[in-house]
Amino acid sequence: MAIPDRRGRFGPYGGRYVPETLMPALLELEEVYQRTRREKGFQAELRHYLKEYVGRPTPLYFAQRLTKRLGGAKIYLKREDLCHTGAHKINNAIGQALLVKHMKKPRLIAETGAGQHGVATATVAAMFGLECEIYMGTEDMQRQALNVFRMRLLGSTVTGVDAGSRTLKDAISEAMRDWTTNVRTTHYVLGSVLGAHPYPMMIRDFQSVIGREARKQILAAEGRLPDCLIACVGGGSNAMGLFHAFAQDKKVRMVGVEAGGLGVESGKHAARFAGGRPGVLQGTMTYLLQDENGQVNLTHSVSAGLDYAAVGPEHSYYKETNRAQYTSVTDDEALAAFDLLAREEGIMPALESAHAIAEVVKCAPTMKKSQVLIVNLSGRGDKDVQQVARIKGVTL
Amino acid sequence: MNRLDQTFSRLKTAGQQALITYLMAGDPSLQETEQLVLELERAGADVIELGVPFSYPIADGPVIQKAAERGLQSGTSLRKILESVRHLRISTQIPIVLMAYYNNIHALGEAEFCRLAVEAGVDGLIVPDMPADEAGPLRGPADALGLHLIFLLAPTSTASRRAYVAKESGGFVYYVSITGITGAKLHDVASVGENVAKIRKYTKTPVAVGFGVATPEDAARVAQVADGVIVGSAIVRRVGAHGQDGRLVEEVGAFVRSLKEAMQPV
Repeated sequence: MAIPDRRGRFGPYGGRYVPETLMPALLELEEVYQRTRREKGFQAELRHYLKEYVGRPTPLYFAQRLTKRLGGAKIYLKREDLCHTGAHKINNAIGQALLVKHMKKPRLIAETGAGQHGVATATVAAMFGLECEIYMGTEDMQRQALNVFRMRLLGSTVTGVDAGSRTLKDAISEAMRDWTTNVRTTHYVLGSVLGAHPYPMMIRDFQSVIGREARKQILAAEGRLPDCLIACVGGGSNAMGLFHAFAQDKKVRMVGVEAGGLGVESGKHAARFAGGRPGVLQGTMTYLLQDENGQVNLTHSVSAGLDYAAVGPEHSYYKETNRAQYTSVTDDEALAAFDLLAREEGIMPALESAHAIAEVVKCAPTMKKSQVLIVNLSGRGDKDVQQVARIKGVTL
Repeated sequence: MNRLDQTFSRLKTAGQQALITYLMAGDPSLQETEQLVLELERAGADVIELGVPFSYPIADGPVIQKAAERGLQSGTSLRKILESVRHLRISTQIPIVLMAYYNNIHALGEAEFCRLAVEAGVDGLIVPDMPADEAGPLRGPADALGLHLIFLLAPTSTASRRAYVAKESGGFVYYVSITGITGAKLHDVASVGENVAKIRKYTKTPVAVGFGVATPEDAARVAQVADGVIVGSAIVRRVGAHGQDGRLVEEVGAFVRSLKEAMQPV
């Protein structure tokens, strides 16, 4: 059975929980997407931009020193950090911008947490000559000041959201309000496999290039499929992008890594599968951190991109059907992994991706040397250098 | 018979339109919300809409967002609101509609919510982030218990959405007068009238207009084209301004009285 179904459901998860004002726009988007994705011209154009502008395919790099250091499975890094703008987010932003050309809307809006998706959207807006406004929580603007300036350099307006926890979910709420108000002229470039149908499906499809490439690359390098895939999960677009092409390969284990913050037992985390239960937030039914009355909990993570109370609905479906396992690592473990990858491989991962590396540190030594593991290095760490310095108590 | 149906039918016979007034439950406290409900009825409100405070109200503008924060701070929950409704039913039979985001209902359980709501004396339910397409789990229990599910239509709605939503909506159809969030400004009453007429082609259910109705003049103009006038942010703003100064009930009552007077047929 193909998922999602026609109503945008991944089993019980997903759906379209939005104000009626947005329903026509979602139905139009779905219709345009379903029609356009099959057009040869669209696919050719998408391939062109992914190759010539984003720089795909990204390498699948064998991390020799890290493998040796951990003493277990062979570790391959899918180098999404080498995409133009420094993260996988651009795969989706390009895809949606090409669709917008078909819908003839002159204005883009987006939310951003870590700033990666905001930068990617600002970038394609500049490249396609579209007006662009990015919503960002003021707490995240402080954590990711460099990305804020990058978006402004690219000609976008960055609007701070000073509500709630001043992070990603507040930015999404504000972007949804803007979209509700300006829906006739504006397309909302959602950045992860979240929100109302067709977003989780469409964004998965745009990101699935990651797994398609990785599958081909590992077959070329090792002559076989990997034993395990590891990726961090905020909304979950880089993870779904890697997992999707392997979904039917039943022997390939998949592990999603959530933000454990100060530890799941502390309550200050964003581990939805450890501490949440199904509910509805911002358009979709999915695992959600909430209290007994259904009020959404505040979350915490050192990584702005993982600091979100809900998770993509397809991940909830993978969790429920046991297709993937979900675990979490703490802020401290992620920071240690950041250092480790920098020193062993000369690669600084984004703090989001450092969560996936931290899980590799736990997982690889338990595997045989003959086994193969792919980890999605979803973004580069340059944007986090100032924050890491601050945490280490270093004044730059 | 559902109190909403009774009220709309009585008003129709009298050649009048319903004044539907919104309060955020628990702003500043549930006890004051109860006092306000009774005062609104005395001031001429025909239907009371009670907002259930939610932490991420995506359909609401800043005025109602702040009210929701105040409501949450006062410890308000859906269960406590239902207790308040039950308490109010000792003194009033005014139709009461809850406006709640889906997750608060889901957390209680859809069937359990319907049972508790009807038992308490709730007549209708509006879920701003639940289009009719997603109402499945509520439909069975709501119909069985006689709880109206009220759906929204918007200026962006297509003919096929109008046909579908008008048919699904019970009690009244909530026409959102502006493309936007609650509390935005209403400019074009003529196009509101045209859209209400388009909705009426599909249903005999009354059509009420909300979002953007802020003044007695707005209410008077909208009353000429619809069966009901919904006022939310303009009332909630006054609750916010007078929540702590002892003039709360008096000020809000006077404003609602001015709305009702403006709606009287000349």
